[in-house]
Amino acid sequence: MSTSTKAGPSNSDQPILEVRQICKSFPGVRVLKSVNLKIWPGEVHAFMGENGAGKSTLMKILAGAYRPDSGEILLDGKPVQLRTPHEARLAGIGIIYQELTVAPNLTVSGNVFLGSELKRFGFIKDTAQMDRKTQEVLDRLGARFKATQRAAHLAVAEQQQVEIARALFYKSRILVMDEPTAALSDRETERLFAVVRQLRAEGLAIVYISHRMAEVYELADRLSVLRDGEYVGELKRPEFSADKVIEMMVGRRLEDFYEHEKHSAGRIVLEVKNMSDGDRVKGANFQLRQGEVLGLAGLVGAGRTELARLIFGADRRKSGEVYLDGKKLQINQPKDAIRAGIGYVPEDRKLQGVFLQMSSGENITMNILGQCAAGGVLDFKKLNDRANAEVKAMRVRTASLKQRAGGLSGGNQQKLLLARWLEINPRVLILDEPTRGVDVGAKAEIYALIQQLLEKGMAVLFISSELPEIVGVCDRVLVMREGEITGEVGGETGIEITQKNIMKFATDVVRSASTNGN
Amino acid sequence: MATEATVETSALAAAKRKEFMRSVIEMAGMLPVLFVICILFSVLTPNFLRENNIVNVIRQASINIVLAAGMTFVILTGGIDLAVGSVLGFTAVIAVVVSLIPGVSALAVPAALLAGLVVGVLTGATVAYIGLPPFIVTLGTYTAIRGAAYLAAGGTTVINSKISFAWIGNGYLGPIPWLVVIALLTIAVSAFILHKTILGVHIYAVGGNAQAARLTGIPVPFILIFAYGVSGLLSGLGGVMSASRLYSAQGQLGIGYELDAIAAVILGGTSFVGGIGTVFGTLIGALIIAVLNNGLTLMNVSFYWQLVIKGAVIILAVMLDKLRTRGQSG
Repeated sequence: MSTSTKAGPSNSDQPILEVRQICKSFPGVRVLKSVNLKIWPGEVHAFMGENGAGKSTLMKILAGAYRPDSGEILLDGKPVQLRTPHEARLAGIGIIYQELTVAPNLTVSGNVFLGSELKRFGFIKDTAQMDRKTQEVLDRLGARFKATQRAAHLAVAEQQQVEIARALFYKSRILVMDEPTAALSDRETERLFAVVRQLRAEGLAIVYISHRMAEVYELADRLSVLRDGEYVGELKRPEFSADKVIEMMVGRRLEDFYEHEKHSAGRIVLEVKNMSDGDRVKGANFQLRQGEVLGLAGLVGAGRTELARLIFGADRRKSGEVYLDGKKLQINQPKDAIRAGIGYVPEDRKLQGVFLQMSSGENITMNILGQCAAGGVLDFKKLNDRANAEVKAMRVRTASLKQRAGGLSGGNQQKLLLARWLEINPRVLILDEPTRGVDVGAKAEIYALIQQLLEKGMAVLFISSELPEIVGVCDRVLVMREGEITGEVGGETGIEITQKNIMKFATDVVRSASTNGN
Repeated sequence: MATEATVETSALAAAKRKEFMRSVIEMAGMLPVLFVICILFSVLTPNFLRENNIVNVIRQASINIVLAAGMTFVILTGGIDLAVGSVLGFTAVIAVVVSLIPGVSALAVPAALLAGLVVGVLTGATVAYIGLPPFIVTLGTYTAIRGAAYLAAGGTTVINSKISFAWIGNGYLGPIPWLVVIALLTIAVSAFILHKTILGVHIYAVGGNAQAARLTGIPVPFILIFAYGVSGLLSGLGGVMSASRLYSAQGQLGIGYELDAIAAVILGGTSFVGGIGTVFGTLIGALIIAVLNNGLTLMNVSFYWQLVIKGAVIILAVMLDKLRTRGQSG
C-alpha cells in the first residue's frame, strides 16, 4: 500500500510501473491474490515463479488483454486503465510473447509497421520511409539483417528482434519478455542479452519472465517471485542466490532438490553399437547398466535426441545394433522397441507425447489398452483402476480422469507421460528433457520418481540441456559433440561429474571457432 | 497451509464442475438445434409430425447417415474422403450389374461392398504409406471412381426390376423400413468401435497427434487404412441401399453426396483437424439436414431456396457450436 520511494540503481526515484494489490479470478479459481510489483526504469526485472503461479495472467493484465478484478496499475505514479491491448501499447508497455507473431510473407519493415503503416497522401504505403526508419532501429539493435528482407528467412532470434523493433516504435518504455530464450541457441541467447543490456542502458525497464535461473543471474538487477498467485517478495541483485530463489518459489530448500544417492551399476542391460544415421549421429557406442542413470549431455544440436530416436526406432538408421540383456533387437519402428522393453519420453511433450484433446485417463493407459481388453473390447473398470492408481502415485493434479490433458499444466502433462510408460514397466526408459518447461515442484517429483524406477531395477538414459540437472541426477554421463560421443565422466572413469568436465567434452575450443552452425 | 488447501480443493471442484458441464454439452451437442428445427416445422406445417412422415425423414436420411458414419472415421483421423459419392455410384452400378448376371446374382451385395472396401483400403494405403494429403488422394479417387461408375454402367442406366436384394430398399422390419434399421445399426456398430475398443482409442489418438501416436507404438498406417477402409465399405453399403431402393443405378448416382456427408459430420461437432467428435453427433447432424430437406419441401419452398437455407443453417449451427465451446475453454 505504501508508496515507498526506495531508490533503484538508476537515478530515478519513482517506479515507472507499479502494480498494487491486483486480484484476478477466473470462475472458481483465484489466479492472482493481491499482487504487488514495482518496475524501475533502467532495470531488468526478472519475474519468476512456477508454472501456474500466475505470471502469464499478470502479463496479460499488463498487456491489456485481461482486466483485473481489483487493484491499481500506476504509470509514473499515476493510475492508468489498460482496457485493451491497444491502450497498453499506447501507454508504453511492449510485450514480446513466447510465441512470436511475425508474418513470414512480409518484409521486416512491413512487420514492424504492421497495422500502422506510414502513408503518403493518406493512402499510398510509404515503403521507402518505413524501410529507412526500420533500418535505423535495426542498426540500433545491432541486427544483422535488413529492413527490406522477408521475415520468412529470419532465425528465431532475429524474429524476436523484429518484435522488439516493433515495440520500440510504439515508444515502449517497458518491455515485457516472456521466456524469450526458450527457442534460442546459446549464441542467439548471447545476442539477445546484448540487446537487452543496451535497452536497459537506454533507460527502458525490462520485465524478464524466465524459468532459467542462470539467465536471471546474468541479466537481472532485481527479481520478484510469484507463488500460487501470491507475491512472495523481491530480491536485489546482491541478494541473489539459488537457495533463496528456490525457497521463495517452492517454499523448499535447494539441498532437498537433488535427492540422489549414486548407484552402483549392475549388469549391462542395454548395449548400443556403432549407431549412425549418416548425418547427425556418427557411430555411437555405449552401454547402459541396470539401476543407473546414464546422462547424455551436450550442446543443442549435438545429436543426443537423434541418438535416442535411433535407438527407439523412431528414425531410420544407417548402421547400428541394439542389444537388450545381451540379445540383439530388431527395431524398425517404435512399436518394436516398446515390445522389447524400451520406453521413450520425447523431448517435445506437446508435439510428440501427450494427446492434448484426450482425457488424462486415456493418456495414461494408452500403452496398456491391450492388457485391459478382451477381444479388442476395452474393460473400462480395469483401465480406470490403473489410471487412478497412477494419478495417485504420481500426484497428478487433474480434476478427474476425464479432464482433457490439454487443460493440465506442463508438469502434470509430463507426469501423465511418465505414468504411461511406467504402466508397461520397461527395462530401459529414455527420458529426453523430462523437466523442460516443468515447474520446480514437479521437477523435484520427477527426480524422486527416477530414483524409484532405479530401485525397481530399471535403467534410465537421461537427456538434458540443463547441466546442473545432469550433474545432480546422473551416475555417469556421456557427452556428445557434433554427433559423436566425445567423452564420459563419472562411473569408472575416475573423472568427477562436474559442469566443467562435461563442458570440456561438449565444446571444442579449436573447432567451435570455425564451425558453429547447428 | 489451510487456506492453500481450500483454494486448491475449490479450484479442483470448479474444474470438476466445468468438466461435467463440458461432457453434458458434448453429449447433447447439436440435439437442441435438431429439436428447435423440428418444433419450428411442426408449427409451420401440420404434416410434419405425422408418423409416416417421421419415418420418411429418417429413411431419406438413411443413406447419408451411413456415408457420414464412414466419413466420421476418416475425419477423426484428421483426413477427409471426397470420394464417398463416387464410390456409392460405382458400387450401386456394380450391385445392379452383378445382379443381372445369371448364376452369380447372389453375389451382387458382397461384390458391391468388396468394391467399396478395396477403394477405401487403397486410398488409406496411399495416404498412410506415400504420405499424400487425403484431400488430394480422394480428389483423385472422386474423379476416377466416378469415371469407373459410368464405364461399369456402359453410359446408361442399368435396371433390374427383380433385384434380389429389393428388401433392403423397400422392405420393413415390423413398422420400420430396413433402410432405417441398417442406418441405425451402422451408427451403433460405429459407436461401439469408436468408444469401446482399442481400435477406437487409437483412431482418436492418431487424429489428435499422429507423431505421439507413432512414438507410443500405435500402428498409425493400419489405423489410417482402417478408417478409409470403413469409409469405403460404408460407401459400398450406401451404394447397395441406393440400388435396391431404385431397382437401378447409373453413372451419375451419388453426385454431391460427399458434401452432405461432410456437412453431417461437421454439424455433429466433429473437429475438422481430427481427434474430437462422436458418431452420435454425426447422426444428429444427418438428421438436421434431412429434417430441413423434408420440412422445407412440405412447406413448398423452392429447391433453390432450400439450398440457400440449408447452407446458411450449416454455417449458423457451426458458429453456434464455436461460441458454445469457446465459452468453456476460458
